[in-house]
Amino acid sequence: MSLKYESTLREPLVDGVKDYHQVTEDIISPIEGKPGKLWYVGFFISLTLLGFGAFSVFWQIYFGVGVWNLNKTIGWGWDITNFVWWVGIGHAGTLISAILLLFRQGWRTGVNRAAEAMTIFAVMCAGQFPIIHMGRVWMAFFILPYPNTRGPVWVNFNSPLLWDVFAISTYFTVSLLFWYSGLIPDFATIRDRARTKLRKLLYGVASFGWTGSTKHWQRHEALSLVLAGLSTPLVLSVHTIVSFDFATSVIPGWHTTIFPPYFVAGAIFSGFAMVQTLLIITRKILHLEEYITLGHMEAMNKVIVLTGSVVGCAYLTELFMAWYGANPYEFATFFKYRAAGPLGWSYWIMMTCNVISPQVFWFRKMRRNVMVTFVMSIIVNIGMWFERFVIICTSLYRDYLPSSWSYYRPSWPEVGFYMGTFGLFFTCYFLFAKYFPVIAVAEIKSILKVSGENFKEKMEKYEEESAEKFAHDVAHAH
Amino acid sequence: MAVKNFVVGLFDDEAVLFPAVKKVRTAGYKLHDVYTPFPVHGLDHAMGLRETSLHTAGFIYGITGTTTALSFMSWVFNVDWPLNIGGKPHFPLPAFIPITFELTVLFAAVGMVMTFCYLCQIMPGVKKHIFHPRQTDDKFVMVIELTEKTNAEEVKAFLNAAGAHDVNEQKAEAGWWFGRYDKNDEVYSVPANA
Repeated sequence: MSLKYESTLREPLVDGVKDYHQVTEDIISPIEGKPGKLWYVGFFISLTLLGFGAFSVFWQIYFGVGVWNLNKTIGWGWDITNFVWWVGIGHAGTLISAILLLFRQGWRTGVNRAAEAMTIFAVMCAGQFPIIHMGRVWMAFFILPYPNTRGPVWVNFNSPLLWDVFAISTYFTVSLLFWYSGLIPDFATIRDRARTKLRKLLYGVASFGWTGSTKHWQRHEALSLVLAGLSTPLVLSVHTIVSFDFATSVIPGWHTTIFPPYFVAGAIFSGFAMVQTLLIITRKILHLEEYITLGHMEAMNKVIVLTGSVVGCAYLTELFMAWYGANPYEFATFFKYRAAGPLGWSYWIMMTCNVISPQVFWFRKMRRNVMVTFVMSIIVNIGMWFERFVIICTSLYRDYLPSSWSYYRPSWPEVGFYMGTFGLFFTCYFLFAKYFPVIAVAEIKSILKVSGENFKEKMEKYEEESAEKFAHDVAHAH
Repeated sequence: MAVKNFVVGLFDDEAVLFPAVKKVRTAGYKLHDVYTPFPVHGLDHAMGLRETSLHTAGFIYGITGTTTALSFMSWVFNVDWPLNIGGKPHFPLPAFIPITFELTVLFAAVGMVMTFCYLCQIMPGVKKHIFHPRQTDDKFVMVIELTEKTNAEEVKAFLNAAGAHDVNEQKAEAGWWFGRYDKNDEVYSVPANA
């Protein structure tokens, strides 16, 4: 009698003939070997980008924020666009690790570790933008409420920008704790099978002396569950608060109550696209196709088509409200300067990438096609970048005073800064893929006997018998 | 911390492990612990462990965060430096909610993780005795503590009969110490086994 039973109609989450030891071997042996050529190439490209980004930031700090093409009309440009984009990408990781844990979605175990890592790196990238945008970055600590010698004059707790400081820093801390608490047992696995002294030392420190005691596992489960329960409203709050940066202002195009749900849906949409991009490459390079299966990709593509459609509904609702609300300025923003006008092209890129193209995922064949998924994931991320660009810039470049109307294109330090965050993100991700278990080993083992392919085959005999007999047998198993 | 004598048995399958745990408890042996490579559901109940109160600790930390945030912001806006911000009230509760919520989550999460580490006695630099190197890989390692009343050979035979393999006796530190995993700094060296 198996401990738990799952219908054979559900496709297995782990393909191939596996036992617990094989799972460890498959996931941990890439860490122990030398990385391939592709890894070095990718890593050095990322480092180069990071270096260029650092130079761009240096340039901006040295000469001042004037080296960016922001002006009096367009005070927020690429910087805040990139900030919102990166934060949004982070959201899928928390959704997978927290919300799907609460919903008892077994497939999350294959992808949660990498997705959470993505969250942490994305939030690290996002945090750079508002700080560098301050101009005098050495004053950045002014955003913290600490007893100071200026009065003490405190920060304004009414301000959504300050809420953002709290939201992003809490989000980063909690994601990091959640991620690392899951990593501890897996580090212990690497430690106990390590053959070199250095590896034993480093993973010994990283594993905190974990032994796998039953009592510790019981606490670990409780911790994961509560952290998931905390992260679920947290992830919704973070992008809600990011949207408040806009929604609480009085700029036509920003001042709408639809923003919180619309931003959260968009965040999950772009985040899942980024998870797909990363995982398709990771599973290929590390040969993890049996753990990150087509079934996993299909499930994520379903989320993409759902959230993409939610975002599409939000776009249409905005347009409707701009007309129905009878505010001439809002109407002008949406119909004259957003859907048309000098920056109108960005609106149509956004519409095509976010609303029209994800509709291919209504077809099962497309959802299970690796190439289509990969290309779509890039398209969605481009689309979601343009969404933030459209919201920010097309609302600002035509203000109430036609003499200040302006156009906006980024200068090289702005582009360099953005590329630099790509460098940071991928540098971190490459290091993660090399030195960390990219799949939660312990979690895969805990679902193996329920959802592993070779174990599911053995369950076929239970499918024959009646549900009453099965329930009776389980109740009297021990 | 104390050095104790243990009898260690390995299990390959949790379906064999559960009845064995039950047998050990019925026989009255002192079950030190069962080390598993992943959380085995129901094993804590089978071993007779009580539920953890980590949730309660998390709740208390969360409430602390809520109170800290609300009282601090109210104190700043009303007592320490009352400032007229666009004629808005000095106690704008709706505007306080986001930060209050964030601090609730932050306190609960950080507090719980720290409590977790404290309860499990884990932190960087801590070392514990590993009864079998594959207890974090694929083996379920049952460890029975030898007392004055138990006979080692009898316990070994008992574990073998319950389905364990590679049954052996180890003298080891039951607690933790500061140590490095690349060095053999155990109080007692472990006999090389299987």
